[in-house]
Amino acid sequence: MKTNSKHVVVAGGGVAGMEAAGALAELGHTVSLVEKEQNPGGHLLQWHALFPDHRPANEVKYYLNKRIENENITIFTGIGVEKIRHHGNEVTVTLTDGTAINADAAIIATGFDLFDARRKEEYGYGIYDNVITSAELEDMFTAGKVTTADGRAPARVGLIHCVGSRDEKVNNNHCSKVCCVTAVKQAIEIRKQLPESEVFCFYMDMRMYGPYYEELYRESQEVYNVNFIRGKVSEASVNINNRLVIKVEDTLAGRPLKMELDLMVLMVGMEMSQSGTRLAEASGLKRGINRFFETGDHHFGNNLSDLRGVFYAGTCTAPMNITDTISHARAAVAETVRYLNGR
Amino acid sequence: MQLAGKQRIWAEYQKEVPDDHFFYVRSCIRQTFFPGSEQIFLKIMRDDLGKDVKEDPRHTTCTGIGYHGDVVPFETISTVVARQFSLATEAGYKNIAISCVTSFGIYTEILETWKHFPELLAQTRDSLYKATGRTFELPESIAHASDIIYKFRDEIARKAKVNLADVTTGKPLKVVEHIGCHYAKMFPKHGFGGAEFPHVLIGMVESWGGEIIDYPERRHCCGFGFRQYLVQANRGYSLSASRKKFESMEPYQPDMIVANCPGCAMFMDRWQYVIKESDGIAYGVSGTGIPVLTYEEMAGLVLGYDPWILGMQYHNVQSLSLLRKMGIKADPARRFLAKDGSRLPEPANLVNG
Repeated sequence: MKTNSKHVVVAGGGVAGMEAAGALAELGHTVSLVEKEQNPGGHLLQWHALFPDHRPANEVKYYLNKRIENENITIFTGIGVEKIRHHGNEVTVTLTDGTAINADAAIIATGFDLFDARRKEEYGYGIYDNVITSAELEDMFTAGKVTTADGRAPARVGLIHCVGSRDEKVNNNHCSKVCCVTAVKQAIEIRKQLPESEVFCFYMDMRMYGPYYEELYRESQEVYNVNFIRGKVSEASVNINNRLVIKVEDTLAGRPLKMELDLMVLMVGMEMSQSGTRLAEASGLKRGINRFFETGDHHFGNNLSDLRGVFYAGTCTAPMNITDTISHARAAVAETVRYLNGR
Repeated sequence: MQLAGKQRIWAEYQKEVPDDHFFYVRSCIRQTFFPGSEQIFLKIMRDDLGKDVKEDPRHTTCTGIGYHGDVVPFETISTVVARQFSLATEAGYKNIAISCVTSFGIYTEILETWKHFPELLAQTRDSLYKATGRTFELPESIAHASDIIYKFRDEIARKAKVNLADVTTGKPLKVVEHIGCHYAKMFPKHGFGGAEFPHVLIGMVESWGGEIIDYPERRHCCGFGFRQYLVQANRGYSLSASRKKFESMEPYQPDMIVANCPGCAMFMDRWQYVIKESDGIAYGVSGTGIPVLTYEEMAGLVLGYDPWILGMQYHNVQSLSLLRKMGIKADPARRFLAKDGSRLPEPANLVNG
């Protein structure tokens, strides 16, 4: 350890955790990166291609893996972080196996959990064969084959936005931000793989907030003939041919719509992770009304926790895309270093 | 279709139903349209299952239809319901068994309202006392009567004389189940299986040998919908809602429909007659109508009760072919005979004659 080198524990080895660990190590600090899964990478591991430019997710995975290839980083995998305690000038991070790591600071990057689509019972996920999630569709893209449960190419696919987001019934008022553009990206990918297919997106609002998102949305309509219907699906069922039947209110046409689908994709949103929740409860860290970690200030303290020497990075504070997650992780590193230098 | 997914939901939405000692509140329309159903429920409970069920002739309508028709305000209906609770309190009963799904929704809504707005409970106590001098205790449990039959479905299965199966082939009957909207759509936690995949009737049908049809319009309203029917000008709504369901279930060739709400059973029965008369269309196999049974009638058949005692002859869609399929001997000539042998009024133009 160099003279001015400090030891920081990074809890969570997804995009934010890997970027934070890499940035800290680059600055000469020693990092313990703790990831509960067997491999770092988080949800990105399941993604095939990224919006808005269809960049292969592997490129970002490669970047992040290179980022943590640093002798200053020790990676613990298959183990979670149970509790963080601040005392004196140190923090003690207790892992789920009981190991305690003393460090100078900690960054929490415990990320998000995908909404469990079974909670929206009316969509029949886990019951009807051809209802899948957006994450499962990515698996199909990776496998190079989008099919129905019985192996057929779907003639008509519906992508249902806001599943578990902006929905009081499931106690999630927040927007998950990335699902709209993910749906647009996935709709295009389906049309590329299955040019004969019809693809419908059922949305509440199209939130194309990021650079080039609006262009992607336009391209999906002009080039790929993706259909966008403004209305939420109220229920799904199957007919005698095991084809999905959905009911939607088309709010622009002002009338109800009933449609048969071969494949229905639920654009599942982001929720505070269970591991993050446990960590918050054990460590006495505040959470906001959206149940994510509450940061010190929405505008200029967005990486600060209410525990001295503990900082937040990425989607453990709110839904965000990969670009913003990486920026947020870098900001967390900046806050951490400022804290370490100022003690 | 993945049964495990449904089973997970069914396991999630379970509720406590007491073992015994029920105070029974009847339904205005069930005892009018299906005169045998409530009687057979009581008989099954008392004679077949050995349960204690108390009735009080002083209990009244819950006024639910008036409430949903916007002519009875909440303050009034909650006082009426409080009076029913007062009768139960007076008789020493803490478990309410409710015949009607509309009433079940009303009772549930009122109890939930009182829980969240205790001042309204106090106001209701005051109103009831001023009007009648009565007081009441909140019930320890409320259950729809179908919940109770559901709870004892396996015991009924053990006593069954007849299965829900084709006696010739042994194949299960194909059954459409219809759950009244007010059973669980307002408060999913109060219904077995919740709102989207209710299990209350499926559990009975499967325990008694039948097979359930899950068809696209399963969740759709039967067409009762209160104002759809109560306002004469809206009745086309009611009819078209039922028709939508019939057209959706038709390809599955169901042997019967069973409902836990008397309004649903009544409308799905009656509108088949109307559609047959007006358009000559029937939705069962080979141009027949699909018999619509109350769950009490279904339980009664399984336990071997005489279909004519159950009152099945007073349905618009007759069930003789269904009874034959189940191996139940029912003499058509006795359909409209009273106990003393005199002839009862015979409806004209019955479907499945």
